[in-house]
Amino acid sequence: MRVLGRVAARLAGAVFVLWMVATITFLAVRLIPGDPAQAVLGGPGSQASPEALAIVSAEYGFDQPVIVQYFTQLGRLATGDLGRSYALNMDVGPLVLSQLGGTLLLAVLALTLAWLLALALATWSTRGGTIAARVGSSLEIVAAALPHFWLATSLIVVFSIGLGVLPPISTGGVAGIVLPVLTLAIPLAGFLGQIMRESLLVALESPFVLSASARGESELGVLWIHALRHAALPAISLSGWAFGSLISGAVVVETIFARPGLGRTLLNAVTLRDVPVVIGVVMTVAVVYILMTLLTDAASHLVDPRLRLT
Amino acid sequence: MSEAPAALTVRNLRVGFGTAEPLVRGVSFDIAPGECLAIVGESGSGKSVTARSVLGLAGAHARVTADRLELGGQSVLGLNDRAWRARRGRDVGLVLQDALVSLDPLRPIGREIADSLRLHTTLGATARARRVLELLDAVGLPDPELQVRKLSGQLSGGERQRALIAAAIALNPPLLIADEPTTALDVTVQAQILALLERITLGGTAVLLISHDLAVVSRIAHRVAVMHDGRLVETGRTAQVLGSPRQEQTRRMVAAIPADKPRGTRLSPAERRDTPSIPGTSAVTPTGIPHDRTVVLEAIELAKSFRRPDGSRQLAVDNVSFALNRGSTLGIVGESGSGKTTTARLLLALLAPEHGEVRVFGQPWSAASEKTRRGLRASVGAVYQDALGSFDPRWSVAAVLTDALGVRHGQRAPQTTARLRSLLDEVGLAATVLPRRPLELSGGQRQRVGIARALAGRPEILICDEPVSSLDVSVQAQVLDLLDDVQRERALSLVFISHDLGVVQHVSDHIAVMRAGRIVEIGPAARVFAAPQHQYSAQLLAAVPRLST
Repeated sequence: MRVLGRVAARLAGAVFVLWMVATITFLAVRLIPGDPAQAVLGGPGSQASPEALAIVSAEYGFDQPVIVQYFTQLGRLATGDLGRSYALNMDVGPLVLSQLGGTLLLAVLALTLAWLLALALATWSTRGGTIAARVGSSLEIVAAALPHFWLATSLIVVFSIGLGVLPPISTGGVAGIVLPVLTLAIPLAGFLGQIMRESLLVALESPFVLSASARGESELGVLWIHALRHAALPAISLSGWAFGSLISGAVVVETIFARPGLGRTLLNAVTLRDVPVVIGVVMTVAVVYILMTLLTDAASHLVDPRLRLT
Repeated sequence: MSEAPAALTVRNLRVGFGTAEPLVRGVSFDIAPGECLAIVGESGSGKSVTARSVLGLAGAHARVTADRLELGGQSVLGLNDRAWRARRGRDVGLVLQDALVSLDPLRPIGREIADSLRLHTTLGATARARRVLELLDAVGLPDPELQVRKLSGQLSGGERQRALIAAAIALNPPLLIADEPTTALDVTVQAQILALLERITLGGTAVLLISHDLAVVSRIAHRVAVMHDGRLVETGRTAQVLGSPRQEQTRRMVAAIPADKPRGTRLSPAERRDTPSIPGTSAVTPTGIPHDRTVVLEAIELAKSFRRPDGSRQLAVDNVSFALNRGSTLGIVGESGSGKTTTARLLLALLAPEHGEVRVFGQPWSAASEKTRRGLRASVGAVYQDALGSFDPRWSVAAVLTDALGVRHGQRAPQTTARLRSLLDEVGLAATVLPRRPLELSGGQRQRVGIARALAGRPEILICDEPVSSLDVSVQAQVLDLLDDVQRERALSLVFISHDLGVVQHVSDHIAVMRAGRIVEIGPAARVFAAPQHQYSAQLLAAVPRLST
């Protein structure tokens, strides 16, 4: 019964978040100067006639009071209708769905790689002596501070132009996704690595590790059975947030590597004032973010049995 | 006699870290099978490092040398990591303090215990599970089938400690090392765990017991070795060492035990100036403490409950009443969860009672508004157990005390420094601690600063909540003496809360025994100790560690 109650509370929270996202995006879009009808007709440079503007305004409901427009849009969103793109002349729903896969793949791969790198770095820097600790923590700080656009350009310079081993733009094959994933994973790995190393150090200093060693447990056993679980806990809780940051990082990365995806769609839509697409992308990202938070919660419960007690 | 080798032989053991002076400087001892040797010393004396060296776990940076270091007659000097691992758990087991952190909080206790079996035997999973149940039964944990799946956080302190012992004796190692195995426990639970260790000794296991508390180990140790500054200063049969200590260090430790020492007896070597007499107080009790019949603090039928996680309410304090006379000490004793700390917070008006009231100097206290209370707050001081946690870590001692004097930050008048110095002098600290931060002080110094802070507002009443329970016995002795001195000098009235009946016996004029939120017995200290009326008081009293020689 208690589990059901918690699930219900979570769902209610998710609906509330989506409503807030829709409202804020709606208000933000109203703040963009200019007539939205202009955007539908090809932007301010298109010199549309007043008659054409009036027709479009009536068709899209721009002549209605703001509050009416708000509720009309909420109603549409509630039924899952994301509206129609001004610029691309297609429905937003299918458009977003077609772009979602590429971005999700990118983010999931980057998160996985970041975890592996962070675990390796944290383990090595806590177990490898003083020099490893210094080098490890410096690497983490530098990696965490790297901006995506700089890292992407540098990787292209080294691997595409210099060594010529990887393509500078995404060609669709496996080779094309390597550099974008690296660009997203390296800063995140630095960040997660810092957190993991800290909690790993605390765990390795704990009396239960001494108890385990006194039972004859090997160093590897201590790490694997005891310490790494403790080290993973804070990193797991941060992964939901990290996934969100990966998707916003995708805007930069997809543009630089000319990869199709939500990020690039969003950027294009903003440039073209394509309001329905902007709202559609933002709502989709919000849904993904909520799902990811639920997943990390479930993962925390899996790793930490104390959470299952109450 | 040479056919049975000693379970442990140590000759001239030296352990150092880095380039600093060695922490352990030439320690030698033997333990025979079925014998219990206790190494007793203050924190920093090197006793834990000695114990860990026997397991090869002194640390990656430790330099361990010895003429002989033998487990069961076999030398373990210079063993490689693999060979050490094979011995740990099989030839020697380790029990640490507080099993809440000594057992992995993320794993069920059954798994932790089974780990020893997994590492050293070829038993299958079912055989291991069966053995774990046997072990839990052997250490006296009721309902083993129910307990194996629990996490250490779900068990009580005593249950956890039993589970930890079960993990250490899973393979029947001939030597068991117990490092402060009862320090975090209530007295009655402590007595049970000591009895369990004694039973293990009787089974033929050699036990190396490490403790800071002579009274605790005297119950079960056959021999005692007193460690000071990296050396064993005195070793001998327990009765002989405790009964006629030869060394100064041992004498100090024996003198520091508060139980059975009458009120006013000094526990630590004299180090202070003469005690000035207080003008205007002529009534002096036999113990030299002036007090009269004026009631300064009164608790009337206090009740307070808390909501449990599942929503039901638990009465933490239930119908608690007492009166505190000027200049006297009321000791409140009870085990964890008995409602002592809640009572303290009610007395300090940090919590509001659901029923009843607290009166200070006959005035409403708990029933008054915080605004009216604020004027009186200075006259009710508080000393807490965790002195470190009660300070802002970024504040220096000077900042802590200046704030307590009521001087605004950054507005120190010239006379403030003089007042700070006299406060520090009163608690036996030099003015050199003023610029230091709490983390840089020792446990005893911190508690002295805590007392100085409580005294800064010139209180007439002092509420002390477990003021000495995180201190070594010898430091505890100094702090207890200090409290005794300031009480005498300032004619303070004290409420002294502790789980340690020995300490309470030493400091109190009146004693209230609490259990499950209620006062089960209250009366003059001498009467309660000589002839406890309630069965629970008698039980508590029997469990007090005292020098049983």
